[in-house]
Amino acid sequence: MEPQLIKGNEAVVKAALLAGCRAYYGYPITPASEIVEMAALYLPEVGGVFVQAESEVAAINMLYGGASAGVRAMTASSGPGISLMQEGFSYLAGAELPCVIVDMMRGGPGLGSIGPEQGDYFQIVKGGGHGCYRNLVLAPASVQELVDLTMLAFELADRYRNPVVVLADASVGQMMEPVSFPEPRPVPAAPAWAVTGTAATRHNLVNSIHLEPDVLEGHIRALEAKYREAERSEPRWEAWRVDDADIVLVGYGIVGRVLRAVVETARRRGIRAGLLRPITLYPFPTRAIRALADTARAFAVVEMSTGQLVEDVRLALEGSRPVETYGRVGGNIPTVEEVFQLVERTLVGARVPSEVSTNG
Amino acid sequence: MASDAPAMAVIHGRSPIFYRRFDRKDDDQHQTHYCPGCGHGIVTKLLAEAIDTLGIQDRTILVSPVGCSVFGYEYLDVGNIQVAHGRGPAVATAVKRSRPDSIVVSYQGDGDLAAIGTAEIVHAANRGEIVSVIFVNNAIYGMTGGQMAPTTLLREKTTTTPLGRDPAVHGYPLKVCELLATLDAPVFLERVALGSNKQIMATGRALRRALENQVHGLGFSLVEVLSPCPTIWGLDPAEAQTFVRETMTRTFPLGNFRDRSASAVPRRLAVTVPDLGELPRILGLGPASGADGASDTVVPASPVPTADHRIVVAGFGGQGVLLLGEFLAEAGLSAGYHVSWLPSYGPQMRSGTSNCHVRISAVPIDSPVVSRPNVLIALNEPSLRKFLLSMEPGGLVLYNADRVPVDCAGNDVRITPIASTAIADRLGSAKVGNMVMLGALLEATGMLPDGALDRALHRLVTQESWYELDRAALQAGRAAVHRMTAAPAEPSLARDPAMG
Amino acid sequence: MDVARDRGAVAIDRDECKGCGLCVEACPPRVLRLSAELNRYGYHPAEYLGSGCTACGICYYVCPEPGGITVLRRQVA
Ligand SMILES: Cc1ncc(C[n+]2csc(CCOP(=O)(O)OP(=O)(O)O)c2C)c(N)n1
Ligand code: SF4
Ligand code: SF4
Ligand code: SF4
Repeated sequence: MEPQLIKGNEAVVKAALLAGCRAYYGYPITPASEIVEMAALYLPEVGGVFVQAESEVAAINMLYGGASAGVRAMTASSGPGISLMQEGFSYLAGAELPCVIVDMMRGGPGLGSIGPEQGDYFQIVKGGGHGCYRNLVLAPASVQELVDLTMLAFELADRYRNPVVVLADASVGQMMEPVSFPEPRPVPAAPAWAVTGTAATRHNLVNSIHLEPDVLEGHIRALEAKYREAERSEPRWEAWRVDDADIVLVGYGIVGRVLRAVVETARRRGIRAGLLRPITLYPFPTRAIRALADTARAFAVVEMSTGQLVEDVRLALEGSRPVETYGRVGGNIPTVEEVFQLVERTLVGARVPSEVSTNG
Repeated sequence: MASDAPAMAVIHGRSPIFYRRFDRKDDDQHQTHYCPGCGHGIVTKLLAEAIDTLGIQDRTILVSPVGCSVFGYEYLDVGNIQVAHGRGPAVATAVKRSRPDSIVVSYQGDGDLAAIGTAEIVHAANRGEIVSVIFVNNAIYGMTGGQMAPTTLLREKTTTTPLGRDPAVHGYPLKVCELLATLDAPVFLERVALGSNKQIMATGRALRRALENQVHGLGFSLVEVLSPCPTIWGLDPAEAQTFVRETMTRTFPLGNFRDRSASAVPRRLAVTVPDLGELPRILGLGPASGADGASDTVVPASPVPTADHRIVVAGFGGQGVLLLGEFLAEAGLSAGYHVSWLPSYGPQMRSGTSNCHVRISAVPIDSPVVSRPNVLIALNEPSLRKFLLSMEPGGLVLYNADRVPVDCAGNDVRITPIASTAIADRLGSAKVGNMVMLGALLEATGMLPDGALDRALHRLVTQESWYELDRAALQAGRAAVHRMTAAPAEPSLARDPAMG
Repeated sequence: MDVARDRGAVAIDRDECKGCGLCVEACPPRVLRLSAELNRYGYHPAEYLGSGCTACGICYYVCPEPGGITVLRRQVA
């Protein structure tokens, strides 16, 4: 459809509905409140369910109910609300329920601020709930990508029977950009395992308790196998001007876009810089990053948190290349100018003379 | 007795609602896991009978809690969902709303419902969810081995009240029916008990009522069952039954606390589902059309290939800062450019400062963050001072005042004073000051072709009266630029190859 | 007592019974008792004295087990 200028938090609801989402449960929180408001407006219009929950604890458990009943369902929140939902994430993954959660990250810890941050990386990507589970995590950098990844999230959730988190710093939800929406997708029929209150589904059970050690171990191994499969099939990333790059900048979400501008600036100054922007944070594009170590001399990780993403980059590189790191927090977004200075520092540290790259 | 069989018929036997064999470990696949004399077994049996009597086995969905009844799903041959501690009412809410023909039963203990899940039960009840809740109150935490429950009787010893429950320290037994009876929505609230044969039969009737109400589409029903836990109470099953009858009922009087089954109006949750093809229209994704029904003006799209406008609009909340930015972005899009609009947001929108970053670019926008603006629209002095130093040399500032503060002039940016608020006041509303500035910006820079604003006006201005005023304001802004005889030639807003 | 004239009878599933004794306490004509023997789980299961059951059904409802007790009633010819 023809591009239209739209705010991320509004677009995400429309994308979900186009993807066949027919239930939304949420609790307001800045900077995600427009999502619950849009959901309240549109869900009833498309014959779906909207519930303003009494808390994020209730919201995530409503998500558990909706998913159990075989409905494409979602919720959205930000830091403090997402923290409250962690119990639910664990149950959803344990019971293998597909659903989508949007986290418009704000500043923390505690009440923090309402400005954009990426401090939820650990709790979402590493899993903030109990037990051996993972969330699949998608990190959009633009409103268009927020739409595309939200729609993908519902597909992945169904394919892996697992919660999928769309993890964006708040600026992605707050900004307006032109978006081309795809055609609506048919609402899928309830999956065979769902509990829908019919004769055909009467013997179905949604459950996460397995008291027998061997049974639970088998269940966890089955989850693990799913995650291995996702690690093989689902990593997504954007690589830009990395082929000849001496230094590769790594950042996700809005930071990835700042880094694009840094790469342009660096190239104009004769520095061969490139960008790797993870689009899936779990599964992480580990192999893509590792492969770049063959050509790049140094890496610089930029994030709106104090050293969360960098851990995965370091793990991917296994010590093969130096990794510089730079973070802005508290609602600040790194500027092109700041990051460019980091690039220069990194190159000095990695002893890459910038003169050699004047033709860059 | 076998010899009597031909003449005898079964009148009470294992309910067909129970699975024939329970999917439990080892070989005790016909027994429940409950202790001898446990009330949960009796309640489960009565529930099975009610489901059978009402003929709703296929439609029933049992939501099992965390507590001794966690394995409810092993017994009842109905749809089963096992959930987190205390969250049954939230799960039940969502299931029922999406599957209105199902009969959803949330089965919960006192720790589950009246402690950790207090919020969920109160709000499900208050929303009047069309579900049936079975609340088994045994005044103790059974599953975890006998800690105090919110319903534990005064002076009762538990592992966490070793000296007995002292109201001054532990509070009083929580009375769920009484609490929920303060709400308007519930249709049926009843407290029953398992303390005698008669009480057990009454429990069976109450459970049936709670399910029946749901079958009829009436609202929220809850049955609280005072139930023995002989194991933790340290009583034999018969003594425990006596304790329920003679002691528990003194704290928790039996009876009906709400019965609007006769007067409640049946509700159907079903909704009309539009055709898939209707979705784009419903979501407003079709072709845009404005207040007056006019469709888009198609602006001849010939973007200037070097265009890279990095604009900051700043002022205080209420000056239309964000809207001005949105107009610019929308107009840029109409003119065939890539655009982005990034606001400051949150409480500061209501007072204090407000700003937004707008980019209008011939090439895809790398970062929507404008850290080096080449255009600043400062609607007040603090905004001017805040953003001036971040400006790119050669940039343009439009400043809402008659003159520029002396100490701000002399930078290598051009500051053009446009008294937009004053001009707007003369037009009749200070609110259109932002449109005055917008007109001035377009006139001063020519950054967007004539007509680019039409679509923005159609989309963003919903009232005819404002439409005229906005157009007048735009015109006034353009005129103000003409009056600025001192205004030098077009600023260079092209992409600066030496951007740093 | 004349078994042939009893209104009812009960069947107890020895191995489902947990010997809680609630049925024994509840039976109005007191025609149930706990067996001196143990069932395979080690409970003393309930047993029917063999006559005197009125088919009132009370024992069925007080029993916590789904199929611990089955109550039968004589069919009127
Ligand atoms: C979040 C959480 N906290 C604590 C527990 C441990 N826990 C399991 S059951 C239970 C209390 C159960 O008591 P009640 O609801 O009265 O049910 P009963 O076992 O007495 O039938 C507790 C505290 C848990 N499973 N989850
Ligand atoms: S501990 Fe109490 S509530 Fe739990 S099964 Fe035993 S008797 Fe029943
Ligand atoms: S049916 Fe009545 S009389 Fe017969 S054994 Fe049971 S309780 Fe006793
Ligand atoms: S009530 Fe049931 S479990 Fe208890 S003794 Fe009687 S038959 Fe056995």
